Amino acid sequence: MNPRKNGILSLLLVLLCSVLVLAGCGTPAAPATPATPGGDAGSAGEPINVGLNLELTGSSAEFGLSGQNGMKLAFDKVNAEGGVLDGRLFNYISADNKSEAGEATSATTRLVGEDVIAILGPMTTAAVLGSIQIVTDNNVVLITPSGTNARLTVNEDGTVNPWIFRACFIDPFQGEVAANFAIDALGAETAAIAYDIVGDYSGGLAENFKRTFEAAGKTVVREEQFSAGDVDFRPIIENIKSAEPDVIFVPAYYTDDAHFVLQARDAGFTGPIMGGDGWGSGDMVGIAGADNMNNTYCVDFVYIDDPSLQDFVNEYQTAYGRAPDGFSVLGYETASMLIEAVKNAGSTEPEAVRSALENLGEFASISGVMTFDPETHNPAKNAVILEFVNGVREFKQIVAPK
Amino acid sequence: MSAEFILQQLLNGVSLGSIYALIALGYTMVYGIIQLINFAHGDVMMVGAYTGWYCTTVLHMSFLPAMLVAMLACSVLGVVIERVAYKPLRKSTRLAALITAIGMSFFLEYGMMFLVSPQTRTFPPVFPQTIYHIGPLTVKYGDIVIITVTVCLMTLLTVVVKYTRIGKAMRAVSFDKEAAALMGINVNNVISATFAIGSALAAAAGVLIGVYYNTVQPLMGIMPGLKAFVAAVLGGIGIIPGAMLGGLALGLTEVFVSAIGFSTWRDAGAFLILIIVLIVKPTGLLGQNTREKV
Repeated sequence: MNPRKNGILSLLLVLLCSVLVLAGCGTPAAPATPATPGGDAGSAGEPINVGLNLELTGSSAEFGLSGQNGMKLAFDKVNAEGGVLDGRLFNYISADNKSEAGEATSATTRLVGEDVIAILGPMTTAAVLGSIQIVTDNNVVLITPSGTNARLTVNEDGTVNPWIFRACFIDPFQGEVAANFAIDALGAETAAIAYDIVGDYSGGLAENFKRTFEAAGKTVVREEQFSAGDVDFRPIIENIKSAEPDVIFVPAYYTDDAHFVLQARDAGFTGPIMGGDGWGSGDMVGIAGADNMNNTYCVDFVYIDDPSLQDFVNEYQTAYGRAPDGFSVLGYETASMLIEAVKNAGSTEPEAVRSALENLGEFASISGVMTFDPETHNPAKNAVILEFVNGVREFKQIVAPK
Repeated sequence: MSAEFILQQLLNGVSLGSIYALIALGYTMVYGIIQLINFAHGDVMMVGAYTGWYCTTVLHMSFLPAMLVAMLACSVLGVVIERVAYKPLRKSTRLAALITAIGMSFFLEYGMMFLVSPQTRTFPPVFPQTIYHIGPLTVKYGDIVIITVTVCLMTLLTVVVKYTRIGKAMRAVSFDKEAAALMGINVNNVISATFAIGSALAAAAGVLIGVYYNTVQPLMGIMPGLKAFVAAVLGGIGIIPGAMLGGLALGLTEVFVSAIGFSTWRDAGAFLILIIVLIVKPTGLLGQNTREKV
């Protein structure tokens, strides 16, 4: 046997092994944990069942747990005020989707069987995708707090998914926000973009950054691609450096981008570097170094130290004994959207709730006004720009949708 | 494209290629001796990187002692892996040994994940953050360390293989295992020594990668491991200077594919060159055409 054959064989083996490992991951779903919030549900009418399909364990558990706390806070608050529709209270039923698309599908199926009027969650795009067909077939609305992929609500052919809604802005919007910030606040005339070609997220942001930037008469002088997981960026940084951009936009996830920033600073690039919400978590500063992170900026959903959010922060702190994060805010807003829609609809009939969500229009929520487009089910809402100052993310400015 | 740009990219390519070469040496030595593609080799490198991380972060050692400890730890690990996983299979089919190597690779990756969690860890500042400006070039302190360490280790390896008793024994076993055994060479010890040396080189590469890119995580060995395997095949598997040449060639190819504006094609370009080389010269750049022994 020659080495080449060995190589091919081993590739096949690696594939086989990964299939086996993946197959082994599917464990039976845990039973739903019904939670009855404060107040007597039976006295003033039937409780309104709402399903929470969230990442409570697994790789995205951090998102799901924060989101769940935010949602519960909103429901508990409205229940304590006497509920909606002449005293009907919300009864939330949690299901753990283990941060896996397949588990999210079965969690949705189970929740639909519990007569819920709506499913809140999942938090991540892939998990939402696995639930679209089921909620559509069963006429149950689904609101995702943080699934940002444009395809969730609007199909490839431009038609809207009637039963899917979201509480966050979509990926392309971040690209616009970043481009406008680069032009207005940083005074950039030229920009370079480096993005990850694996997955839709990074490319989507890059494309929209470029469109907005060029529409304003500015030039993108260099575009470079890399693959998530690369650690060596020196060749593309050298390319970018030789094009002398005013700003570099690197909209990927934090590990890749931290390596990029570190190596760009080592190569002598001192100008501003920007990213998307992928920079919002994780130890970017640890990898890149606090000094190197100065003069870098990222787009994010909410800024938790925003003065207008402090009532929410205090309530959350009292209820859970810990500080909320951006996902808690999105969870709270998701539940608020549903509560508002039920109030507007005046009933819990599926079609009435759906139509009320579609026509929410301008909805004042805790992080600002959200304006819903009935054509796309996407809210236009504020984004924030954070700046890294000596290793700490500091609030730079709020960017309203244009 | 200015001369300065080309020189800078050349430097980037040499520093990247040096790392590939260090890892490729272990692949090629093991293959030369027992014709096994040790797929766990990249993961041994990862264990080396973690050992280096532990030594510098928790034990506050400086770079050189940390690297030596990592090399020592990994040479023991390499010998243990060989004794436990590969030796019992030496007489079975090559496929069985290959599958075991893949199994060992997964074991190290996910065992490490279990032990230290999949979280990415960062090194404390081990090198001075000095950046030298030599003419128009920017040279990081780390680049100099990588290239110096690689050159020293390769020289040392060449001396060991050429002039020492164990080196002679290794060449003899590689040439003909049975004949070597008949001449009184303890084949088992020679194989262990090969694993020890190869793993120590991988550990050195691991610590260098970890410190240079400032991160360690349990799956960091996969891509460099694969690339180093390619480098070893490119240079001619089983041939020590071939691994060095293959590593440098691969590093430079990757960098220059990016430099001429095809960064998406970076890996594809490197592998395409591998395919072309193997079509033209199936034994690799430095490989000799040998007749199949019957």
